This record gives sequence, structure tokens and C-alpha cells, in this order.
Amino acid sequence: MPSSAISFKKRRKISIGEIIICIIIAIISLTCILPFIHVFSKSVSSDHYVLQKSVYLLPKGFTLTAYQNIFNDGKMVRSMWLTIIVTALFTVIGMIATTCAAYPLTKKRLKGRLFFSYLFLFTLYFGAGLIPEYLLMKQLNLLNTIWVLVLPLAFSPYNMLIMKSFLQSNIPDSLEESAFLDGASNFQILIKIVLPLSKPIIATLSLFYAVGRWNAYADAKYYITKQALYPLQLLLNQMVGASADSTAISALEGGAVMSTPEVLQAACVMFATIPIICVYPFVQKYFVKGVMIGAVKG
Amino acid sequence: MTDGKQNSLPSFLKSWKNSFKRDWQLYLLLLLPVAMVIIFKYASYPGLRIAFLDYKPALGYDGSKFIGFGTFQRIFKDADFLKALKNTLIFNFADLIVGFPMPIILAILLNEIHFKRFKKLSQTILYLPHFLSWVIVASIFTQLLKPETGLVNVLITNLGGQSVPFLTEKYHWAVSYILIAVWQGMGWGTIIYLAAITGINGELYEAATIDGAGRFGKIWHVTLPGIKGTIVTLLIMNLGRMMGSSFERLYSFDNVMVTDFQYQLSIYIYEKGLQAGNFSMATAVGLFQSLVGLILVIASDRFAKLLGEDGLM
Repeated sequence: MPSSAISFKKRRKISIGEIIICIIIAIISLTCILPFIHVFSKSVSSDHYVLQKSVYLLPKGFTLTAYQNIFNDGKMVRSMWLTIIVTALFTVIGMIATTCAAYPLTKKRLKGRLFFSYLFLFTLYFGAGLIPEYLLMKQLNLLNTIWVLVLPLAFSPYNMLIMKSFLQSNIPDSLEESAFLDGASNFQILIKIVLPLSKPIIATLSLFYAVGRWNAYADAKYYITKQALYPLQLLLNQMVGASADSTAISALEGGAVMSTPEVLQAACVMFATIPIICVYPFVQKYFVKGVMIGAVKG
Repeated sequence: MTDGKQNSLPSFLKSWKNSFKRDWQLYLLLLLPVAMVIIFKYASYPGLRIAFLDYKPALGYDGSKFIGFGTFQRIFKDADFLKALKNTLIFNFADLIVGFPMPIILAILLNEIHFKRFKKLSQTILYLPHFLSWVIVASIFTQLLKPETGLVNVLITNLGGQSVPFLTEKYHWAVSYILIAVWQGMGWGTIIYLAAITGINGELYEAATIDGAGRFGKIWHVTLPGIKGTIVTLLIMNLGRMMGSSFERLYSFDNVMVTDFQYQLSIYIYEKGLQAGNFSMATAVGLFQSLVGLILVIASDRFAKLLGEDGLM
């Protein structure tokens, strides 16, 4: 096949096979983005057209009433703030704990290093399960507090492993050894040398923590019964989850709901999705890097 | 390592002392994460004895009667548990069969594209569903797949077809439930394969071209053998997760019409334990799930290493 040999040399030449592949990929990509466009359009269309079922990909009769309802009602906005605070605390605490664990474990000379590694990693592979953990949270008086969403999962041994392998492959031992000989303490080396060189992994893991916390809701479902403390995902599940019928949405406190449930549900979904979609383009490349480092285990 | 302390030699103690003197700051750092795993993980392990007690919350651990493996005998006669176990295994297996090849196919297709911009853009879009929670994914698909008003059914009926109960009839639900997960994970899954493909020696492709291999020839004889190791490792690791059961995914797609299939281990534990208050049974099932999961992970890790691939641990 001489033609393919030529196309290998000069990449500019377009082959039919490649065009077909591009079309397949384009179609698959569209399935990933069209659902969002549709739900978004529904959320900003007027009730009339939505009830007519004539809204496909473009909004008809543009209106923001549904979003106004959400903001006036206040429940979702309050939940959003709560989720932001929880996510911020979770990320900061998680990163501090991760650094505190990863840095010492990169030191081969550290006595008991293996013991600590196993102590952390065992929890990855064996959990006590829901009931013992629930009873523990009860004992610790954490039920129905925001701390139950912040503390128990904040330290992830898996992220610690990623950070450890990054430190091991990116920070030369000689650099630290020379600082040590100059009389720097372990703390000084960590703060003045290691952390400034670890900015990429700190960014990546912070995003792992933040997105993970933002999206998770099982623990909230288990440990939180007060509706005022529901994080956004749990509230959304209650209002538009597969189990909710159209009437569940009128649970919105507003009373005088101006939009149809259809439109309001779409707006609620978008309200919880838009923050992720906004940060997503900036976050994505860090995630890809994190997965790559995670794949190369240390 | 700490066991040897009682009959330790002085030199042993001395080396510990020196180590501590030099690195006390490192041990201080470790204090925080160690405290966190002990308080929030290890402290929950003693609660596992509930599985061996006839646990009554009012009586506590000490007051409740010890019944040994009685609860385990009960759960294996419990029809609900057997149903949940069966569903879990069937759905995990289906996830694996349907979901596993998709990222590989997608990665190979993406690798064939040389338009840089197009490739980047489509990758960005394909990764997106991975970043959304199960609640959002389920909400979006509930909107799309509603029997009367969902876009997909509106299109089907407009074209003269019958409305399809995608999420409201159990067999349709099972298929939708699995395919939606494939949709969510396929783009993200390509990353690791694309990285493996990048690692393939370019000369192999050139040699294949000179030998007259076409596009498929090169995929079959160069790309696939080049990523075989990655495929085997990931496949084995996935087998290690056969006992897993995501509460969030199941609960997001929950509705009364589909409980026959949606009833899997995590739902069983939640309903029997937290909702019905049968702590002993829920704990026993959780322990069974954790132990089998642990054995599967260790076995799959050994198996991967036996085949000469990278293990997990």
C-alpha cells in the first residue's frame, strides 16, 4: 500500500480511514455534550414550549424564571454555600495530611517506614463497612455536623501514594542531603525546598480532593438527617433523582412556584452542574497528569 | 518492627534513638495522618464484632449476646442477601464485559487521529462525564429518558415509534444503567491506554509500514501487542473489584419499578442496617463483602505479578 506509506511521511495528507475515524469520534463526543446542551436549553426556555415538547437543542422563549425561583427559594443556594465550605475545609485538611504522610515516607533512612506505609495502605483494601463506621461517627458525636463530611475521608492514602511517587521521582536526594549538611532541619527542607518544587502535584491532588468531595454524597446520606445540612448533591438527588416524581420538586419552599416542574428540575440540574463545567477546562490537564503519576507506582 | 522491643539488644535501641534524634520532625509530621487513620478507620474495626453478636443498640457491645457465626449462617439463608449478592456479581460482570473494551477501542481510534486540535477538543469533551457526580449523571439521563416527555422518547414517538421505558422497567433499566456507566467512564479510561501507546517504539510502526501493513495491520500487530501489558493489568485489577458495589451509583438510579435489579449489596446493607436497624446482619454482610474483596484484590495482584505484569501493591 504505497498510499499509506506516503501519508505516513507527509501527515498533511488526509486519508479516508482517518476521516471515518474522526467522524466516529465526533459522534461519540457529541453524545457526551448534547445531553447537557439539551437540559440547559430546557432550563432557560419558557414553560409553554417545554410542555409542547418542542425544545431540543436551542432554548425557545428564553427566560430565567426557573433560576430566579431557585435563588428566591434559597434552599439550593444555602446548600451550595455549605458544599463550598465543606469542600474547602476538606481539601485543605486533606492536603496537609497527605503532605505530612508522603514526605517522611520518601525517606529511605526513616525507621519504621514500612510499618507506617502498611498502616496507611491497609485502610485502602479493607474497610469495616457501613454499620461499624456509622456507630463510630455516632460515638465521636459527628452525626449531623458538617465535620462528618470533612474529617473521616479527608486523608486519602491513595493520594498519598501519588504524592510520594512524585516526590521520589522529582526531587533529587542530593538536593536535600546538601541542605541537611548545611544544617537545615527536616521542616526547613520541606518548606523551603520540597514544597516549592511540588507545586504541580499540590495543584493536582487539591483538585482530586475538591472534585471528589464536591461529587460524593453517600456519606451525607448515611450520616446526615437534618435537611439544613444537606450538601448540594444530596439535595439534588432528593429533588430530581430518578425516584423523584414531578411533584417532588414542589417541595421547594417558595410555594408560589412559577415554573413547571420540568423546567425547574432542569434548572436545578444545571445549577449543580455549571460550577463543575466552569472549572473543568482548567482542571482537566492536572487530572490527566495525576492519573499518569498514579499509574507509575512507587 | 515494634514487636522486638522487649528483648531488644542495646544496639537496636541505640539505632532507634539516633534515628529519632535525627528525624523527630518527620515522626511529628506523621502524627497527623496516623491519628486520622486511627481515629476514623482503625477505630471502626472493633465494631466488626457486631457481626458475631446478637447486637441490641440498647445493650451495647458488652450486653449483647455472643452468637459466633450464627449471623453468617442466617444471612446465607436470607433470600434478600442472596438476591443482592447475585445482582452484585451479575452487574459487575456485565459492567466488565461491556465497559472494559470501550476505552481500549476509543484510545486506539484517538491515536489514529493526527489533527491535533480535533484530537485535543474531543478528548476534553470525552473526559467531561467523569467529573460529574452520579446524581448529576442520573438526573440528566432521567430528564432525557423520561417515558413521555424525555427528549429521546419524544424523538422516538415523533418518528412513529413506541415510547421506551428506559429507566422504569427493570430489563431496560439494567441495560441503561450499564450503558450510562460505560458512557461516563469510557473517555477517562483512555488516558492510561493512550499513555501506554505513546510508549510504543515508533520504529515498529515504520517497520510495519515498510512491510506493507495498513492501518488495521498496524493496530493489530503493533499497537495492541504494545499495550497488552496494560490491558492485562487493568483487567485483573477490575476482576479484583467484583464484590464492590457503589451505593451512589445505585441510589442515584433508584426507583420503585426496578428494585428487583437495583437491590445490590450496598443497598442491602443500607436498608437492612441503617433503615431497618438490623445491625448484626448488615455488619456481617459488610464484613463478608470486605473480606472477599480483600482476597480478590490480593489474588489478582499475585496473578498479575505471576504473568510478569505490574501489580497493584
